[in-house]
Amino acid sequence: MDRVQSFIKSIVLWELWKGLSVTLRNFFRPAITIIYPEEKTPQSVRFRGLHALRRYPNGEERCIACKLCEAVCPALAITIESDVGEDGTRRTTRFDIDLFKCVYCGFCEEACPVDAIVETRIHEYHMESAGENIMTKDKLLAIGDKFEAMISADKAADAQYK
Amino acid sequence: MTGMIEYLNSIWATVPADYQYLVIVTSQILAVAMTVILTVAFTTYFERKVIGYMQGRLGPNRVGPFGLGQPFADVLKLLIKEVIVPAKSNRFLFIIAPLLAITPALAAWAVIPLSDNFVIADIDAGLLYVLALTSVGVYGVIIAGWATNSKYALLGAMRSGAQIVAYEIAMGFALVGVLMAAGSLNLGDITRAQAGGFSHWFLFPLLPLFLVFFVSGVAETNRAPFDVTEGESEIVAGFHVEYSGVAFAIFFLAEYANIILISTLTSIFFFGGWASFFEGWTFLGEGHFLRQPSFFWLAAKISFFVFVFFWLRATFPRYRYDQIMRLGWKVFIPITIAWIAVEGVMSWLHWGPWSGSAG
Repeated sequence: MDRVQSFIKSIVLWELWKGLSVTLRNFFRPAITIIYPEEKTPQSVRFRGLHALRRYPNGEERCIACKLCEAVCPALAITIESDVGEDGTRRTTRFDIDLFKCVYCGFCEEACPVDAIVETRIHEYHMESAGENIMTKDKLLAIGDKFEAMISADKAADAQYK
Repeated sequence: MTGMIEYLNSIWATVPADYQYLVIVTSQILAVAMTVILTVAFTTYFERKVIGYMQGRLGPNRVGPFGLGQPFADVLKLLIKEVIVPAKSNRFLFIIAPLLAITPALAAWAVIPLSDNFVIADIDAGLLYVLALTSVGVYGVIIAGWATNSKYALLGAMRSGAQIVAYEIAMGFALVGVLMAAGSLNLGDITRAQAGGFSHWFLFPLLPLFLVFFVSGVAETNRAPFDVTEGESEIVAGFHVEYSGVAFAIFFLAEYANIILISTLTSIFFFGGWASFFEGWTFLGEGHFLRQPSFFWLAAKISFFVFVFFWLRATFPRYRYDQIMRLGWKVFIPITIAWIAVEGVMSWLHWGPWSGSAG
């Protein structure tokens, strides 16, 4: 009986029609493609992208040059030098992150006692010449200033889970 | 404006009749050839869209609206690329091979009736002409493979040659069935024999032959799942491995022109060519556009079969080479011979659509 059945199936090309029906069904199913620059997938508030240095609302730098981020960084991407500032507080004179070394693990953000160094959701950036991969303190502060609203909103959204 | 037309008419009238014929036929040839080439361009786009959708993707959508400019971008890119001729190749044959591939694919359109009153050459041996030209196409492939002087190209060409020879026979036998049913070798007469609604199409009495013909057509054009000619994992790209730029584009053009040709032949032999699907259906009303036999119907049928080509490609994995040979020699040829015998008996008994013509 099985042999008769399989003979009939092979005569009417049963398996081939089954395969064709699978592709035809998929043909009428909408494509799942995200047309990237115009459409984007949803992003988590914990997304770890480009780094930024934050300030307090009064404009004072948060970073106190404790160098915990430099110590925890598994890729040795952070270089910090510090000195006593004009107002007698401890401040960084140099805060460099090498984006080519960085593995975007987020440990620096976790280690920071004052929430100074953060990783923002920015992931669409590029370098056009050698040396631009070094994010200096000025560049990091500028990113922090520009995206403070987004950063603080993300931190607030995530705070309840910490 | 009317004065202008009258003036042109008066000039036209002074041209000798032979030259008038020459001008008319040349313009017809140009019109058909240009249409085919333009259709080929959009067929490549159609293929990528169809396969994309079947794989849950979108296909080309960047150049122009819906990516419709993609074929022209591709052509432009191939035109400005360098044609590299390998140092140890046979230069003359290397250059001429793509032309040998494209010429038969375009020349076959001479006898294809596009509608009831348009065919470039209304010859009585049209079917033989088509068979002959589809066989000539293998020369381009073989010569390309040999002239390239590369192992991979030669292997691809040999595979293609053996495959085309094997399936040519099954295809020829399938056409014998069509010829028996229609009682003519003229493609226009074959179509006219199927007039009178879709129940008169040869599809139904010749169903096995239709399947054999279409699958052989897929094998003849070296399309998936019969594309061992260019098996990427084994022989890189087969016979056109060393071709680049315009020469490669012409092979590409030939392949897609052959796809359209096979689809057209299938429509004409088994699906009534330009005949309307709704012919004789009364609910559409007398003289409704869809009830009239027209080029529109032929185009719709061609598009459907081109779609089936891509559907097959998206569905089936590549056949193993010995299985291809087995299918061709041990399955298709016996089927066609058996069905020709069945057809002969049926027409002897005056039973079926061919009883009048072949009895």
